[in-house]
This record gives sequence, structure tokens and C-alpha cells, in this order.
Amino acid sequence: MRVLRCGSDAVLIEAEDAEQAQRLHTALRDAPPVGTGELVPAARTVLVRYDPSATDWQRLRAAVTALPLHEVPPAEAAETVRIPVRYDGPDLAEVARLAGLTPRQVVERHTAARYRVAFCGFAPGFAYLTGLDPRLRVPRRAEPRTRVPAGAVAVADEYTGVYPRTSPGGWQLLGTTDLPLWDQTADPPTRLRPGTAVRFVAIGEPGRPAESGGTGEDGEAVRP
Amino acid sequence: MNGEPGDAVPERCGASAAPDAADGRSALLVVRPGYGATVQDLGRPGLAALGVGRSGAADRGALRLANRLVGNPEDAAGLEMPLGGVELEFRRAATCALAGADCPAWVNGRPVGTRTPLAVPAGARLRLGTPVRGLRVYLAVRGGLDVPAVLGSRATDTLAGLGPERLTAGLLLPVGTAATGWPAAEHAPRRDRTGPVVLRVVPGPRDDWFTAAALRALCGEPYTVTADSDRIGMRLDGPALERARGGELPSEGMVAGALQVPPSGRPILFLADHPVTGGYPVIAVVRRADLDAAAQARPGDPLRFRLEDAGR
Repeated sequence: MRVLRCGSDAVLIEAEDAEQAQRLHTALRDAPPVGTGELVPAARTVLVRYDPSATDWQRLRAAVTALPLHEVPPAEAAETVRIPVRYDGPDLAEVARLAGLTPRQVVERHTAARYRVAFCGFAPGFAYLTGLDPRLRVPRRAEPRTRVPAGAVAVADEYTGVYPRTSPGGWQLLGTTDLPLWDQTADPPTRLRPGTAVRFVAIGEPGRPAESGGTGEDGEAVRP
Repeated sequence: MNGEPGDAVPERCGASAAPDAADGRSALLVVRPGYGATVQDLGRPGLAALGVGRSGAADRGALRLANRLVGNPEDAAGLEMPLGGVELEFRRAATCALAGADCPAWVNGRPVGTRTPLAVPAGARLRLGTPVRGLRVYLAVRGGLDVPAVLGSRATDTLAGLGPERLTAGLLLPVGTAATGWPAAEHAPRRDRTGPVVLRVVPGPRDDWFTAAALRALCGEPYTVTADSDRIGMRLDGPALERARGGELPSEGMVAGALQVPPSGRPILFLADHPVTGGYPVIAVVRRADLDAAAQARPGDPLRFRLEDAGR
């Protein structure tokens, strides 16, 4: 773990890996060192803002290094947000091809996994979920879409997530949820905060892969 | 082009939650919207972990000052007007104040001063010229602009698409009742700046991704603010900053003042609407106290960076 200065009122703590970054974020949230303010967790780091009149970066470095990092409770133990998904995304067949699976198997693996919000970024309420089945790790699309609709469920690299609002995007789209995840009139505006446990549940009409029998290796029945 | 003095400007209430703004309540009518003017307050702190940046006035000190001059709380909503150019019609008599960039201004054609409270009669028009120096002009109106708050703030976040829409001709901006008292002073002196703006930087967090020569280059010759600059950040032209290592950085938290270096080697200085996380390495970060001055640099202006190693 390294504590790096980030201007006159923040430090960036670089963890060894994603798991340690999540433990660090949990520990800092539960027992914030004196003078610290906002925490911004990310893939391998936690940004910690501080009040320069109350502390300084050397003191913070000492406090952070001394923090006991407990195991983050398994995702099943916490309250789980269940997201119903119609697996009708335009990239489902391509993800299946890249993964060497059938679309149905992609859906099975995507719904079997337990996810956790590692961090938010890119856009308000966009949560990066970790816990993706390694077989479903696919690259971002070569050509990002200029418009991805709100509710699109997508995968890229080691993450899965849901586009909370219509925006440009380069992730591979597996399906769609109608569950509203972003409400800027609510407090908090999103249900997917760092640490939140998440599962995806397949819903669909007969003939869609979630409920139909096998669609064969080519997955023709998957695309709407 | 509408908005010539004397033109009738069709009204649209910019605040859907305040449809009564036109009747009874004091309001400002936007006659000329300027060049990307927005409503700003001091932003939405504390939501970055949800992917929501702070936003708010790019020159926070200037908005605070304008608010103090009219007896508002410092975080009341006002207007941020890059390069001036805005014309407003006051539906009711109001007290307002200008701060930030030095900008000629007129009320009903008579020149008025900045950094001092202005009494504007009902029906009068306030017109801004082009700043003689600095970029962003701020207007506070006694009572504060009362557009609907989003996530606790009336700031327009131009990157995230949160908060009020940008100013357009015909927009009606309701004025609220946020004023608390009157300031002790009626005029705020200006701090004269001569020569190029010098911004103090703290190296890191990713200075180790660059050659030692890169940090020296950053603090050597001045950089020039390019036209590719907005509330998100300023793209700077000057010596390219050479990376000592390749590869990609997983997205990490970003702060205002960060000098993020894309593959071109030319740094981008992040301002109020910067992305919450980013993947290009940050070689150094401008000290918080110097950010307001950075936000007043305009395209073509030189910027110098000075390394600050010691202390907090």
C-alpha cells in the first residue's frame, strides 16, 4: 500500500489489488482518521480528501498505514439489490462468441455470480460491479456507442454494470432492466453505493434465453 | 439574432418547479445568454463516491465575494459568465454585484462598477461587455437565484448534465429570499495581478510515471491556455511531458487542479466539472488556493507552474 500526495488537501492511497482497495475503503468509512472528509474509492485506489487545517498528509499516511483491514463481509451477507434483467442486449451474441459460450450460458453465468459495487464513476450513479465470472471478461467495444439507453446491463473487462442514464458508452450490452437505479430527487440518488451487494435475475418472455430451452450453439433465438 | 436592446424577448421559465416565477416573484429575464453562462453555487460536495462531482463556481472566491457584497450567504446561487456578453432584464428592483474577471458593465446604458453593490431599478437592463482581463464574471443578486436544486445544489454540472440548463435567451431566473443581512464593506478592492499567472503545484500522485525531466519541463517554460478549455478542464500547450513508463492506469479518483497527462504529453488542468475518476496519470496538482486564479486564465494566456515540495 502506498500513500501518494494529491494536491494540497487530498491523498491517493494505492492498494495492492482490488480486494485490498475495497477493504481500505470500508475501514476508512467505518473509522475515518481525524481531519478526513470525502472518500472516492476506485479500481485500485481510495482518494481521501482532508482538511489541511486539521491534519496533513504525513499524519494521514501514518493513520492509514495503521488501519486494520478486515475482510469485507461476503456479498451474500449484506442486503442484496436484485436487478431483474431481460437478456436481450445487442451484444449478447458477440459476448457469447468471445467467451466461447452459448448466449444461454452467458446469461446463466451472469445471473449466477454475486456482485459488489466496487466504486462509482464515469457518470452519476454508474456503479462498477466486481465479481464477474472470469469467462465473461470481454474487451470494450472497438467503437463505443454514442447513445446507450438507461437501464442497459453491460460487461467490460473485469466489471459489469447498469447504465443509470442514457449516455455514450463502450461496454458490451447484455440486456435491459426496468428497475430505476438513479433518481436525483431521492437521497441517496442511487441504490448502488460502494459496498452494495448486487445480483442479476433473468426475466423474459418465452423464447428468450432466460426461460426457453437451449437455443443451440449459434444462439439464433436470442436476438430480438 | 434576437436580444438587441429593446427587442421583446419571449419568456420561458427556466424553473419548471417554480411556474409562478413570472407572477409576483422577482426574476431576471435573460436577454442575451453570453457564451456558455451557467447558474452556479458552491456545488455538491460529498457525492463523488456516487459518481457525482462537486461542480460549482470555477472561481469560488469570486462567487463568494459577489454574494457577500449583496448580503447573501456565500453559497447562494449566482451566474458564472465566461467572457461576459450577457444581458439581463430585472423584472423588479434588485440589488446585485459583479465580481471575478474585470468586465465593463452598464445598467440602462450607464457604466457601473464591479465589486460593489448595484441598485438596479425595476425593468432595467444590465449588460456586460468583454472582460479586459480574466475570463469568468460572476453576478450575485440579493436573495440568490432560486432555480430548483438538484442533489442539494443549484450548480450546473456541464459534464454530468446535472442542475439547471445553460442560459438561453428568454430564460426567466427566479430570485429567492436567501439574503441574511448587509456586509460591513460596500466595496471590495481588487488584487492587482501583473505578469503571467503562477500556479503552485504539489508533485504527484503519479509523478513516478514520468521522467525527471518532465517535472522540470512542467515548471520551466510557461504553458499557454488553448481554446479547448471549459469548466471541465483547460488543455494546455507547451513542452510535452514524457512518460517514464507505458501501460494503463486503472481509473482513480481525480481532484480539481489535477494536471492529467494524456498520451499527447500536453497536460489538461482539471477545473470544477472534472470527471470524478480518470485513467491518465496526474503528474502534479495545483494547490487549492491557486485554483481560482487558474479558472480566470483565458485562451492565449500564459501559465507558469511552480513546484512546492515541502509542508502540507
